[in-house]
Amino acid sequence: MDLITHLYAVYGSVLNFMGINALLALSLYVTLSSGLLSLGNAAFAGIGGYVAGILTTKLGAPYLVSLGAGTLAAGLAGMLLGLPVLRLRGVFLAMATLAFGEVVRIAALNLEITGGAMGLIGLPVKTNTWIIYLALAAAAYLVARMARSRLGWALTSIREDETAAAAMGVNLTLTKTIAFTLGAGLAGLAGALYAHLNFLITPGEFGFSVAVNLLMYNIVGGYRVWYGPLLGAALLTALPELLRALGVTAGPLRLGINGLILLLVILFLPKGLADLFHRRGDPATAPAQAAPAKG
Amino acid sequence: MNVLGQQLVNGLFIGGMYSLFAVGYTLVFGVLDILNLAHAAVFTMGGLAALWLVQSAGLSIWAAFPLATLLAGVLGLLVNQVAFVPLRRRPDTYFSGLISSIAMAIIFEALAMQIFGAHNVRFPAGTVPVVIWRLGGITITLLQVEILATVVLLMVTLTQLLKRARIGKAIRAVAENQRAARLLGINVDGVIAFTFFLSSALGGAAGILFGLYFDSLSPDMGRPIELKGLAVIVLGGMGSVPGAILGGLAFGLSEVLTVAISGTSNLRDAVAFTMLFAIMLLRPSGILGKGRTREA
Repeated sequence: MDLITHLYAVYGSVLNFMGINALLALSLYVTLSSGLLSLGNAAFAGIGGYVAGILTTKLGAPYLVSLGAGTLAAGLAGMLLGLPVLRLRGVFLAMATLAFGEVVRIAALNLEITGGAMGLIGLPVKTNTWIIYLALAAAAYLVARMARSRLGWALTSIREDETAAAAMGVNLTLTKTIAFTLGAGLAGLAGALYAHLNFLITPGEFGFSVAVNLLMYNIVGGYRVWYGPLLGAALLTALPELLRALGVTAGPLRLGINGLILLLVILFLPKGLADLFHRRGDPATAPAQAAPAKG
Repeated sequence: MNVLGQQLVNGLFIGGMYSLFAVGYTLVFGVLDILNLAHAAVFTMGGLAALWLVQSAGLSIWAAFPLATLLAGVLGLLVNQVAFVPLRRRPDTYFSGLISSIAMAIIFEALAMQIFGAHNVRFPAGTVPVVIWRLGGITITLLQVEILATVVLLMVTLTQLLKRARIGKAIRAVAENQRAARLLGINVDGVIAFTFFLSSALGGAAGILFGLYFDSLSPDMGRPIELKGLAVIVLGGMGSVPGAILGGLAFGLSEVLTVAISGTSNLRDAVAFTMLFAIMLLRPSGILGKGRTREA
């Protein structure tokens, strides 16, 4: 028991970050599962975090109310952003959401209510490891169930071939908006949890590099099954600590090994880490394997 | 009035460097429809390589500049070979290419940190002689003039290359339709590799100029410009070279003017990114983009 307490004292914060990042990765997975590349999920997490944080500090709202409000606010923002931008495809959608993310970050940096560059300070620490993993488990269950639902199949069909999906009677706009809104809401929940973890949040914590990290978790873990992003987030968040445990402490070397591992996974595990657990044919991924390479 | 004039001039110089950086970015996008997220890391490596050549090898900046630019081009070939060629036949080459190029960027940054340390470094004093002119209250330095001249020279060369040279025509053909270009006997893989070389050389040149202008270089100096470069190429129309030039100038000017008018550097990027967001909503193909068609 002593050992566990000791390990938790040392690695508890890594464990917390793994959980939060996994939840964020899952939020992007929902969006990606319909083939939409969003770089806005970090900003949605920021919206959730700031809304929850402001409610807690300025209005004295209870923790759970703040979490709920953060989730809803981010979901609403996702829906409102989704309406105009979801007609964009591929890289254009990525750019629009990236610009949105920067606008949100700059707003947080300049508004009074968000505390500007110093960030929102004096947040009560309410989030703990149990709550994070409870939220993660609930979200993962929801997403896993969704994959087998009508909505899940509609999303997959859009990802694989939008025109065919439309021809089969899938309502493209509605389905995409639902995916985008759900993803934004999950990101908002992760942000609200994060806001109550470390006394403060700052605009920089929800910037472009975080948005790219989320994409990295999904690609490294594999974005065709729900546990892929969880694996990716867990591995990449823990990697610096793992390397430290292996004695790799020097800054540049650790950074280099980080990059090298990322490169090797991309080159040699095309479907991500999830593929290692997942060799037998799964109906959810079968169409993907049969998809021809686009010239 | 002179303050405003000075800001406009400064914005022009900074914008010119953004243009140079963004032209390389957009060139690869125009040909391959992929974003090379290692571009900013190559930008950094170009600047640091020039510094090494000046400081440790004792070359003059006039010799170091072309050498470091070439080296950046070679790094571009490496990025193409390692991060993009193996993924080309995959169905999700778009997503995975983003990540593999980020991986290359991380490796480059680690290398730069290993060689130069994590701190800021600068070109030795007197690398470029300090000459200052005052024209009606506006201050211009020799360095600024040299930077602008270099940017203009490189842009004109590139534009002429794309327009007239055989390889330039091949690049445009591959950008238009890879399969058709291959059928016409164009060595598509070679053209793509050359595009990466060209793109990265321009990025590296921008890195050198940046390091000279701001008198500071560091392994992570590429990070802020990565995002700005993306904004610039979207603003100008993805894949459009003239668009990237205009977009870079617009971005440089808006940045400088926002700071001058609002008086706070926190708002520096606000106008630019709000503009970018508005453009994505109203005209996703950018200022000079033509619908969904591409130009090289």
